[in-house]
Amino acid sequence: MYSNKFSRLMLGLCCRKSSAVCGVVRSGFSWTTVCQQRTLWLQRNDFLEMEKHTVLRQTGARSVSQTTVDPSELRRFQSLASKWWDEQGEFAALHAMNDLRVPFIRDNLLNVHRARHPGKPLAGLRILDVGCGGGLLTEPLGRLGATVLGIDPVENSIGTAQLHSSYDPDLRDQVSYQACTLEELSAEEEGGEQEQGAAQFDAVVASEVVEHLADLETFAFCCSNVLKPGGSLFITTINKTNLSYALGIIVAEQILRIVPNGTHDWEKFISPEELERLLESNGFSVQSVQGMLYNPLSGAWSWTNSTAINYALHAVRLKDAAEDSSPHPEDHAAAAHS
Amino acid sequence: MMHKLTKAPLALNGLGRCFNTEKHWSAVKIIRRGLVCAQHEGDSGKNEVYDVIISGGGMVGSAMACSLGMDPNLTGKKILLLEAGKKKVMDKVPDAYSTRVSSISPGSATLLSGIGAWEQISQMRCKPYKKMQVWDACSDALITFDKENLQDEMAYIVENDIIVAAITKQLEGLSDNVQVKYRSKVVKYTWPMPHQAADSIPWVQVTLANGETLQTKLLIGADGPNSMVRQELGIPTVKWNYDQSAVVAVLHLSEPTENNVAWQRFLPTGPIAMLPLSDTESSLVWSTSHQIAEGLLELDEESFVDAINSAFWSNENQSELIETAGSLFRGALSAIMPSAGSPRQLPPSVAGIGPKTRVMFPLGMGHASEYIRHRVALIGDAAHRVHPLAGQGANLGFGDVACLTQLLSQAAFNGKDLGAIQHLLEYETERQRHNLPMMAAIDLMKRLYSTNAAPVVLLRTFGLQATNMLPALKEQIMAFASK
Repeated sequence: MYSNKFSRLMLGLCCRKSSAVCGVVRSGFSWTTVCQQRTLWLQRNDFLEMEKHTVLRQTGARSVSQTTVDPSELRRFQSLASKWWDEQGEFAALHAMNDLRVPFIRDNLLNVHRARHPGKPLAGLRILDVGCGGGLLTEPLGRLGATVLGIDPVENSIGTAQLHSSYDPDLRDQVSYQACTLEELSAEEEGGEQEQGAAQFDAVVASEVVEHLADLETFAFCCSNVLKPGGSLFITTINKTNLSYALGIIVAEQILRIVPNGTHDWEKFISPEELERLLESNGFSVQSVQGMLYNPLSGAWSWTNSTAINYALHAVRLKDAAEDSSPHPEDHAAAAHS
Repeated sequence: MMHKLTKAPLALNGLGRCFNTEKHWSAVKIIRRGLVCAQHEGDSGKNEVYDVIISGGGMVGSAMACSLGMDPNLTGKKILLLEAGKKKVMDKVPDAYSTRVSSISPGSATLLSGIGAWEQISQMRCKPYKKMQVWDACSDALITFDKENLQDEMAYIVENDIIVAAITKQLEGLSDNVQVKYRSKVVKYTWPMPHQAADSIPWVQVTLANGETLQTKLLIGADGPNSMVRQELGIPTVKWNYDQSAVVAVLHLSEPTENNVAWQRFLPTGPIAMLPLSDTESSLVWSTSHQIAEGLLELDEESFVDAINSAFWSNENQSELIETAGSLFRGALSAIMPSAGSPRQLPPSVAGIGPKTRVMFPLGMGHASEYIRHRVALIGDAAHRVHPLAGQGANLGFGDVACLTQLLSQAAFNGKDLGAIQHLLEYETERQRHNLPMMAAIDLMKRLYSTNAAPVVLLRTFGLQATNMLPALKEQIMAFASK
């Protein structure tokens, strides 16, 4: 099942010059692992070529890269790093979104892991917050008892997050932060000493993150890597529709300034169907998709039936079906043709 | 990893130390001492931050502490109640009734039973009443409130001391979550900056008279009408002193009676109320001008009793014009609604007063324009102070407790910082929406009935009679007052 991801990863590596590879990627990335896997899957090159065309058609604005991080996005968030915790500032809408996303995460996790501690419903769970920014979502999850690791490539944001959580003695044991990308963490986990391999977290949360990423395939692969089997993936993001362009970009950024201008790039938005397809091809099963709506007058979010603009998605990493990971290239070829 | 030390190893450390120094102590004392040492270790740690500190351990403040301590979503949170006075223990209910009583509405009784205090209160002493008669001294107009068929209780008269003692007992059972510090007077509050500036402590700091400084994520001010929390925050308060004081006393009735009616008569100088305490005793709350109040306190017992009986019974304030107009109104109204209306009853006569139970206190109205600030919320009299004529002061406070507990519980379940402004704003909005109309109505009543000018008397006579004949309206009023 992981053959697709590995293959596309290898494809990307094969196609790029080595100088570009070393560009933005930090040193944590394990080159040796990559090479080993490359040797393993070299014979799949034929159907890989076909996959390449499909992938490129699908991702469009995203270039197939080996890193999920887009440098221009990094720069934008670096300049906003100190403003995370101003509840009435640039990130006000994100603060308000906690009213939806924390219960969404909490309740879906409680469905699986029954709460044993009153007052700390998520006690005993390990959660990874990808793109945690200033820790807006990391802290509530920590307060609910989970052990949360927040990661973000922007170092200033991590600094802000660490400072903010350092004041609260209850949070110090619960939340920790690391300035790195998801791929780096995923590779770190792989090279680590745990017997069970990379599966570390009960849940991965990527809220308002995938619309800023360069490569969603790698993202999905790494999420799958770091999650325990049966672990949950929570994503909130923006749909790619005309409505989301009108309201999410023009109205939100330019007219009402709900978010700073240039925060979002419509090309990077992804529809729930596409995201679902992407995740399912990476070993996830999507459990629920729910639309969210922001009311600029009240500054509050609410659940809604329509996923036309914002939506939240909960997927579960399927348990490995034994070791029968031998892919069927003929099936894939047939699918690609149809 | 200092923070990882749990109470168990700390207690054992304390235990060990005690063994070395005081070998002759009994086992129980050693263990208790060890746990106390552990407590001190935790307290003096510089990084100790309470989740909630409640300043003021009166009825409302201690009910708040109990209510938070018992909430399942707030398990594990550190709550502290600071009370300047000493602990009020009531091993045995005193024979004599105390003068300060409150009328507890069914809504407040629900809150108190939720924290387990109501059971204690009913076992100790409380008096339900089923009917309330309110009438005018200047006319015949009256209004009675009762539940259908006099089956259910309307409200309860409970001595304030009993309420506090019952809640204190419940707090003792909550010592894991809720800490209470008696004889702790606060001398200073330090407020946090709204945004985290580097190197500034984001918590509220409370400095006690003994020099201890405590930090908290949320401060709840329950420190009464002259709230220091409110004053230190500089919250503008709408307030005025009524030129009135209330004289309170415990009355001995002439003869035992099924004392389940609350009586209130509006004299031109102010309302006089008799609230049942038992079959033989009632509580007096007589709001009147400062001069008259002082005069009443100086009277000997017999004259004082005469004054009370005459206040309730005499008709000297009625003029012929008003009497005629009154009966005309009544006639007209009963033509429209023949079945409504009720006959006027007279309250029981008073024979004596309880010894040394005559006191007076000044009355005023106060309303804080804001109930909340960054990491602070005001509850009870600190936020709003009313005239006792409607018996609502304590109930408004308990309503605040119920509302704020529910919002904090929900916030904790959503992983929120308890001092975050969002749910505090919700508390303020909800309570102001409830309290302001109530306070306005009480203030209006007070002003309306403070005069014997004929036009006003006619107006209120008609109004009262009309209201008395509209059961739907009376039910609405009772429902509003029962929350």
